[in-house]
Amino acid sequence: MTPAKVNSLNLEENESMPIECLVLGAGQEVGKSCVVVTINDKKIMFDCGMHMGYRDHRRYPDFSRISKSGDFTSVLSCIIITHFHLDHIGALPYFTEVCGYNGPIYMTYPTKALAPLMLEDYRKVIDRRGEEGLFSSEHITECMKKVTAVDLKQTILVDRDLQIRAYYAGHVLGAAMFYAKVGDAAIVYTGDYNMTPDRHLGAAQIDRLQLDLVITESTYATTLRDSKYAREREFLKAVHKCVASGGKVLIPTFALGRAQELCMLLDDYWERMNLKVPIYCSAGLTIQANIYYNTLINWTSQKVKSTSATRNPFDFKYVHSFDRSMINAPGPCVLFATPGMISGGFSLEVCKQWAPCEQNLIILPGYCQVGTVGHRLMSAKVPTKVNVDESAEIDVRCQIHQLSFSLHTDAKGIMDLVRFLSPKHVILVHGEKPKMEKLKKNIESDFEIPCYYPANNETVLIPSTQYIKAHVSKSFLQSSLSPNFKFLKTTSRADTDIILNEKTESLVQVCDDRVAEGALIIQNDEKGQHRKIVHQNELMAIAGGENHEVQFAHCFPVRVCNELKDVAVSPGENMPPVLDKHSLLHLLYTKLSNDLQDVTIQNAGDSLQIESFTISACLKEKCPHRLHVNPDSTSEAVNFCCVWSMGDEKLAWRVISVIKNLELKTG
Amino acid sequence: MKFTCLSEGKGYYFPPCHILNICGFRVLLDCPLDLSALAVFSPLPIAISSLLDEETSSQSSEFLDSKSLIQAEPWYKTVTSLQLWSIYSIDLVLISSPMGMLGLPFLTRSKDFRAKIYATEGASTLGKLMMEDLISMHIELRQFYGPEESGCPQWMTWEKLELLPKALKDIVLGSEGTELGGWMSIYSAADIKGCMEKVQSLKYLEEACYNGSLTIKACSSGLEIGACNWNILCPKGRIVYLSGSVFASTTASSFNYKALQGSDVLLYSDFTACNDVDGVKNDFPPATGSSYSSDSGCWETTTESSLDSDDYSEEMEKISFICSCALNSINDGGSVLIPIGRPEVMLQLLEHVSLSLESSNLKVPIYFVSSAAEELLNFSNIIPEWLSGQRQERFYSAKPLFNHIQLLNEKKLMVSPAIHSSKFLTSWQEPCIVFCPHWSLRLGPVVHLLQHWCADPNSLLIMEEGADINLAFLPFKPMLMKVLPCSFISGIKLNKAIPLLKILQPKHVLVPESLRPHIRCWNPKFSVRYFSENETVAMPKLKNYADMDIATDLYSNLRKDTKLIQKKDIARLKGELLIEHGKCRLVLGNKQVLSSQDRALLFLGRVELNSLLMALQKMGMKATAQHTQSTDGSENMSIVCISEPNEALIVVTSTRTMISVVDETTASLVSEAVRSTSGFI
Repeated sequence: MTPAKVNSLNLEENESMPIECLVLGAGQEVGKSCVVVTINDKKIMFDCGMHMGYRDHRRYPDFSRISKSGDFTSVLSCIIITHFHLDHIGALPYFTEVCGYNGPIYMTYPTKALAPLMLEDYRKVIDRRGEEGLFSSEHITECMKKVTAVDLKQTILVDRDLQIRAYYAGHVLGAAMFYAKVGDAAIVYTGDYNMTPDRHLGAAQIDRLQLDLVITESTYATTLRDSKYAREREFLKAVHKCVASGGKVLIPTFALGRAQELCMLLDDYWERMNLKVPIYCSAGLTIQANIYYNTLINWTSQKVKSTSATRNPFDFKYVHSFDRSMINAPGPCVLFATPGMISGGFSLEVCKQWAPCEQNLIILPGYCQVGTVGHRLMSAKVPTKVNVDESAEIDVRCQIHQLSFSLHTDAKGIMDLVRFLSPKHVILVHGEKPKMEKLKKNIESDFEIPCYYPANNETVLIPSTQYIKAHVSKSFLQSSLSPNFKFLKTTSRADTDIILNEKTESLVQVCDDRVAEGALIIQNDEKGQHRKIVHQNELMAIAGGENHEVQFAHCFPVRVCNELKDVAVSPGENMPPVLDKHSLLHLLYTKLSNDLQDVTIQNAGDSLQIESFTISACLKEKCPHRLHVNPDSTSEAVNFCCVWSMGDEKLAWRVISVIKNLELKTG
Repeated sequence: MKFTCLSEGKGYYFPPCHILNICGFRVLLDCPLDLSALAVFSPLPIAISSLLDEETSSQSSEFLDSKSLIQAEPWYKTVTSLQLWSIYSIDLVLISSPMGMLGLPFLTRSKDFRAKIYATEGASTLGKLMMEDLISMHIELRQFYGPEESGCPQWMTWEKLELLPKALKDIVLGSEGTELGGWMSIYSAADIKGCMEKVQSLKYLEEACYNGSLTIKACSSGLEIGACNWNILCPKGRIVYLSGSVFASTTASSFNYKALQGSDVLLYSDFTACNDVDGVKNDFPPATGSSYSSDSGCWETTTESSLDSDDYSEEMEKISFICSCALNSINDGGSVLIPIGRPEVMLQLLEHVSLSLESSNLKVPIYFVSSAAEELLNFSNIIPEWLSGQRQERFYSAKPLFNHIQLLNEKKLMVSPAIHSSKFLTSWQEPCIVFCPHWSLRLGPVVHLLQHWCADPNSLLIMEEGADINLAFLPFKPMLMKVLPCSFISGIKLNKAIPLLKILQPKHVLVPESLRPHIRCWNPKFSVRYFSENETVAMPKLKNYADMDIATDLYSNLRKDTKLIQKKDIARLKGELLIEHGKCRLVLGNKQVLSSQDRALLFLGRVELNSLLMALQKMGMKATAQHTQSTDGSENMSIVCISEPNEALIVVTSTRTMISVVDETTASLVSEAVRSTSGFI
């Protein structure tokens, strides 16, 4: 049985299948991102990350929650990886090669190219630490063979019902937000993103979509950041000061992304300041990464792209590769070394050598996992001693500078994205619990969108959108395809006052009749239910009815001022002007035009018309609509008779009440 | 829905051009130039030499020699029938290959042009390079002939045209003598810029939405980098435009089957099979009579891989054969001239030629002379997304997509925008291998190099088949140079056309008339219509009804408001109307959509007197009814008198109900009663 059938059976009970969102990682924490979302029976795994802070089974998401039997291939429709950071892709080779998942995997071209470098680099670190490497080099190669690379904005049909699409996310090269749609239900999983462009990457970009759910990262759920340039200046100043006084600068970074951004920044600065101090990149890793960056120029920011016609912006003029033997070479230098959080490897080796010297500088990335040397340095007060592993301890005397610019969006960026997408629900992942709680409150109070931040291994159920299909008649389709907006003038009302300037007396509002001109017809017969939408002009024929008009009528006296009467009884006139219905109507017209500025009054000579409301002077002795003679109706009053259609009642009584308060006199 | 084929084109360099009317929109499919017609013009060096000996220019109209060629600044031949259509009436232009956009600036420079142009990023980048290269080559001729006289050039006057040899006249006027109107003078750089600003570039499989009702998607066709087939979704169905396609290409991203499957209408616009004589000889009809019968199980057994298999290996064999011929020439001390204008083939050849030079340890320079050379090489190295799986694999293993960056660095490849640059001249060395435009042999560096080498029997010219060789070589006679004619795959061969249709399983197919015998003998499952040039074909009707989606929450809301009229539940629509990607949707809008229709309620059926009385009484009113006749006695009427809480009078006739009231409260009570008991929506 296909899911589509189930839905149509349940239609009448209005039970659509909820979206099930199982958070396997990055729930109320940063690390091992992994969310399994079930939309109309299709299970999609977003990211398959590794937790860098653990060395036991906790570093991987608990995959057994997806399938008890361990048959992941038939349970999951696909895996989507947002970018190449290990906390988003680190567990993928393990999942495919060790757990045996064999289904489709999607990621962008840059991610597919760069992820193996990251994985291989990390595998070596694990090996060096002497831990049981949970996946091998061959595992990485085999795993990457199963990956389908996608371009941004491509609509990929994973199967007949599931379609996915990648959007630019900034953050790192090739990072993408993913849109997934099954039937009528659609979600966006943001992965990590950045709403402001940096040196080499553009800002995240996405279409306005109809979404049931947005799952967003919330690393900086409460942080607001100021101008990037000030922070960049601060960084350059710190580096310049250090090398000018002969010190060595160690910049531990991820091999990809941050390294290129900082290289670009320094290369540019070196050029401008005419500096000769060497900049080094450790090992071949970053150099090799630059080959990829050269090819992937289309994935960088517009600014980088436009300069690339003349010179490849990733061919750095002042950056050279570093040799291990140069660690203790004299003289100032700047060195990029992996891994970023000084959790081992080359950056730790250099750190041990350089940290004890006061002249030197270590630049730490914005975020360091608890348990890493980086994290300990961050909270350290120099000079101090810091444990690097069980046995060793280093004497830290150098300066520590913390990078304050991040690849992640800040709180305002998250709010901007949520406002822009206006989904029906929001789930926060990849953040710290107290901050997430605060952000949740903001989202719920500012946008009235329900927001959740489940912990790891918790499931959230979200009701999903479902549509009911109806045939549309040609006539209605045509009228809906041609916008026929009208402008309505209305006096400012209480509800619009809030939004619009209170001073404006009359507002122009756009009115769109396309929907209201349609009618839904539901007919049940032995074959089932038929739904059709027709234009109101077709309705009469279809419903087999005749046009039957329903009108209201009201005949009432209007006071006429004495002065007018006095003037009116003047000799030589055939008819006292007071009984001249034309001039009376004209008087009424002037009065009404003054008092009712938001409506259009038509003066047809012997009657006034406002929409369907018609008023004319009634000279009949006995009008059928004058139900009882008003006791105070004297000769000072003239009767007016008005007729209106059902539907214009409010308007009619408004006009009548204005008229009843009038006193007609010349003027 | 209507389809008009304006031109069947002539293979890769002059793709077909059509007009499609769909859902009220007029779509132009490609806007190419017939650059093979440039053959009627004299290339520059010949024009110079003939200027010197003027006396021999006695024009005989039948004998064809280099002096018969038109010695004037070249004009360009567009699709003649396109001139018959009002530019203003075109809503949309879809470009399926770089060659398909070379004629676009002629349209876009008109102030009547208002259409939206869609092309893939790959096609628009290459198309732009080709257009710019074309005008930069043209400038050389303009500098020679001086500024163009306004109005019609001399050669276009009838007196001059009458004097042309038949072969040339046929090209200028077309075989039916109707095509003179298609000739245009060259566009300017500003025209190209203006044109490119109007092009919206897409990625493969990116959905673009035109006017809310058409969703357009480009799917790779394999013909060229950025070349595509189009998938058009309108509220009434899905249409696929199949342009020249290559199943497994060597460099460009391969043919996308999946995206074209199961369409309502397939417009088959690949004319390769129509000219595929070999295919006819080899496969039709006796050998295929049984295997293509529609009732056998071969629908399922035809697989994509069977179509892919030979394309790739065949092309690679051709490339290596060309390389070996080039090598032989070099060994004989000759040079090699390769004026091939297909970027994909050119890049592939460049790489393989350099590899074979290396493997045979020959140190011979390779030149690439073109104003577009540098940009093309740069571009080709940053587009992994647009290339074949084999190229992508190189990228994943950290190698550059093509080896020409390395060749440039090692100075094995020299790039120059023009032949007369001093840098180029000082580096010049023979023998050598030169890649340069233009394949028509009338424009660009190729003319000078041919002039230089045409008498050298050791040198080799590698050029594509298809053009009239005799006419092409006319200015360079006597040609002693060796010539290697070659052809590269530029579409679907006849023996693959039908298996392809089986895989794609469309409901209706529109195919060129010339395929009729082949399709007929196969007896397909889908309906087939045939088209020929300049004939409008009505397309099969798709759906009568379009669908609209109503959000469930809104739907249940609407259900509450329905009235039962004539056994149908009817409700007036409300909500917010969204029209995007060819879909209409009604959702429970968060913002109140204002409507002037709030008042104009529609009344269906009639007022039921008894139920009205009951409703009134239920509301605590005192009402009595009586039946009577109208004063003129023509109509039955019912009168309901209400006395409490306030007076009111209801007069009901068959066409009208008139309610007379004294105050608002009574009016609204009566109104509610009437609404509840009758068919208002």
